[in-house]
Amino acid sequence: MTEPVLSVRNLQVEFASRRGTLRAIDGVSFDIAKGEVLGVVGESGAGKSVTGLSVIGLIDPPGRISGGEILLSGLRIDNLPPEEMRRVRGKRIGMIFQDPLTSLNPLYKIGDQIVETIRTHLNLSETAARRRAIDLLAEVGIPAPEKRIDGYPHEFSGGMRQRVVIALAICAEPELIIADEPTTALDVSVQAQIISLIKRLGRDHGTAVMLVTHDMGVIAETSDRVAVMYAGRVAEIGPVQDVVRNPLHPYAKGLMGAIPTLAGDDKRLVQIPGSMPRLSAIPRGCSFNPRCASAFDRCRVDRPEPLSRGTQSVACHLYDSVPTETAA
Amino acid sequence: MLAFTLRRAIQAIGVMIAVGIISFSMFRFAGDPVNQMVGMDTSGAERAAIRKSLGLDDPVIVQFGRYVGNAAQFKFGVSYQFRLPVSNLLMERMPATLELAICATIFAMVSGILMGVYSALRRDSLLAHVFQAVSLIGISLPTFLIGILMIYLFSVTLGWLPSFGRGDVVHIGWWTTGLLTWSGLKALIMPSITLGLFQMTLIMRLVRAEMLEVMRTDYIRFARARGLTTRAIHFGHALRNTLVPVITVAGLQFGSVIAFAIITETVFQWPGMGLLFVQAVQNVDIPIMAAYLMMVSLIFVTINLVVDILYTIVDPRLRSTVSRAH
Repeated sequence: MTEPVLSVRNLQVEFASRRGTLRAIDGVSFDIAKGEVLGVVGESGAGKSVTGLSVIGLIDPPGRISGGEILLSGLRIDNLPPEEMRRVRGKRIGMIFQDPLTSLNPLYKIGDQIVETIRTHLNLSETAARRRAIDLLAEVGIPAPEKRIDGYPHEFSGGMRQRVVIALAICAEPELIIADEPTTALDVSVQAQIISLIKRLGRDHGTAVMLVTHDMGVIAETSDRVAVMYAGRVAEIGPVQDVVRNPLHPYAKGLMGAIPTLAGDDKRLVQIPGSMPRLSAIPRGCSFNPRCASAFDRCRVDRPEPLSRGTQSVACHLYDSVPTETAA
Repeated sequence: MLAFTLRRAIQAIGVMIAVGIISFSMFRFAGDPVNQMVGMDTSGAERAAIRKSLGLDDPVIVQFGRYVGNAAQFKFGVSYQFRLPVSNLLMERMPATLELAICATIFAMVSGILMGVYSALRRDSLLAHVFQAVSLIGISLPTFLIGILMIYLFSVTLGWLPSFGRGDVVHIGWWTTGLLTWSGLKALIMPSITLGLFQMTLIMRLVRAEMLEVMRTDYIRFARARGLTTRAIHFGHALRNTLVPVITVAGLQFGSVIAFAIITETVFQWPGMGLLFVQAVQNVDIPIMAAYLMMVSLIFVTINLVVDILYTIVDPRLRSTVSRAH
C-alpha cells in the first residue's frame, strides 16, 4: 500500500484548566489513504472535532497537542512553525465547518473571498484567480457562477453557502479535506446533495476526506472506512460495511443498534445506558466499562489497546482472549 | 435606497421641528426680551412699540411659525449684546469649532482604532495594559482638568505650545482656517487632544471589545483554516467587521464633540461657537443661545443621517434589507 495521505499516530491533546490538565484526545491513531473517505463518529465530546482541528493545527489555547505525531503524505506537520503550518492550511488541507451561515465573512463578496484564498496559495493573477473561482463555483454546483460570484454571503441559501465553503476548501487542490459536521446545520434534502458533492469531489480529485459527524446515516452513505470514537479514543475502526453489519466493540454495537431501519419493524431501538463520562472523570481501565453490559474485572483495571480482528481494529478486552487472525 | 434616505430625512425634519419648539420656548420663559434690550429709563409706550415691532404681541402660534420660517433661512434674529445678526456671528465662529471638532475626531479615531486593535491582538502585552490604564484616565478625568494640566505642562513649563487662541488664520472665502499656518497648527494640537481624548478612549475600548468578539467568530476560524496570512485576517477580515459599530459611535460622538467643545473652547479661549455660547449665557443673550441649540441639533441630525447612509456602504447586508423594505 502506498503512503497514506494522513497518518495520525498516537495523538494526545490536552487542555490546561484550573482544575488540572484534561486529556481530550488520548492515543488516537488512524490513516486515510488517497481518495478514501474516513468517517469519524461518536457522541458529542468524544473528541471528533478536536481530532480534526489538531490535524489542521487550529486547536485554540489552552488546548495543545501533547503527544503523538501527525503526518501529511509522510511530512510531519504537528510541530511545524506557525508560518509553515499556515501555508499547509488551505493549500494542502482544506476544512469545512459545521455552520455555513457563519463560515463566510458577511462583508465580502464570495468571489473576493475565493480569489483571496486562491491568491494566498497559488501564484495566479487576479483575472486567472477569478476564472478559477468561477470554475470552482460551477464545480460545486452553483448555478450561473459568473453572476453569483459577485454575490454576498447573505444572498445565498444555507445549502448554497455550504457549497461556497466547499469551493473555498478545495480551491488550492488540497490532498486532504476535513469536513467537521458539514451537513448538521442543513435540512435533510440539502444534506444528501452536500454529501454526494463531497463524495464526488473526493473521487474526482483523489482527495482524502476526514468526515466528522454524529450521523451514522451520513457515514454509511459516504465513507469507505469508519472510526468510532468514545471519550477521546478510537473504540473501533474498519471498513464501513463491516463495522455497520458486524460491530465488534460493545459501544459500536450500541450505536448501530440505535439506528432506526426504514423497514419500519416494531423492534425497539437499543439504548446505551448512561452517558459519556466528563473529561475530568474518565474511569480507570476501559473508559466505556461503567456503561458496558459485557464488562468484566479486567475492563475496570486495564486500558484496552487496539487489536486487529480481520479488517477491523477494536480496543476491547473481549477480543483479547481469542487468537488474532492477522498480524497486529 | 433613495426612499430610505428620504424617509430618514423626513424623520430628521421632525426632530428639528421639536428642537425648534424648545429653542422658541426659551424666548418665552427666559425673561422678557424687551427688558433685556432697553435701559431702565425707557417709557412704557416705547416698550410697547418695541414689543410690537418685534411681533411679541402676536399669538404664540404665529410667533412660532415666524420663528421656524426664519430659522429655516438661517435667520435667528439680532444678538442682544452685539447688536449683530446671530447668523453672522455663528457663521464667523463656526469654522473654528468645526476645525477643532474634526481634528479632535480624527485624532480620536486614528489613535483609538490603532490602540484598540493592538490591545485586542496582544491582549497580555505590557503596552496593552498601559493603553487600558490610559483609557481609564481619559474616561474618568474631566476635560477641563486635562486641558489645564496640558497648558501647565506644555505652555507654562515647557513653553512649546500656545496656551490660548487659534494662532494665525487664513481666510478662504467666508471660511477661516488655522490649518495653513504654523502657529495655527500649533494652536490646534492641545485643544484637539483635550477634546478628543474622551472619544479616543471610548473608541479604543469599543474597538478592543468588538475585535475580541469578531476574532471568536466562525468566519475568522474559517479564514484561518483557509490559510490566509495573519495580517489579512486581522486587518482585512476582523477590522472591517469591527468598523460598523465604530462608525456609529464615532459619528454620533462627533455631535457631542461639537457640543463638548464649549468646555475646551473656554479652557483654551478658542474663538468658536462654544465660547460664543458661554458668553451668551453669561449675558442672557437668548437669540444666540436659541440659535446655538438649533445649530448643534442640526449638526447632530445631519450626522445621524450620514451615519445611516454610511452603514449601508460598509455592510452589504443592510443594502439589501433597505431595498427590500421598500
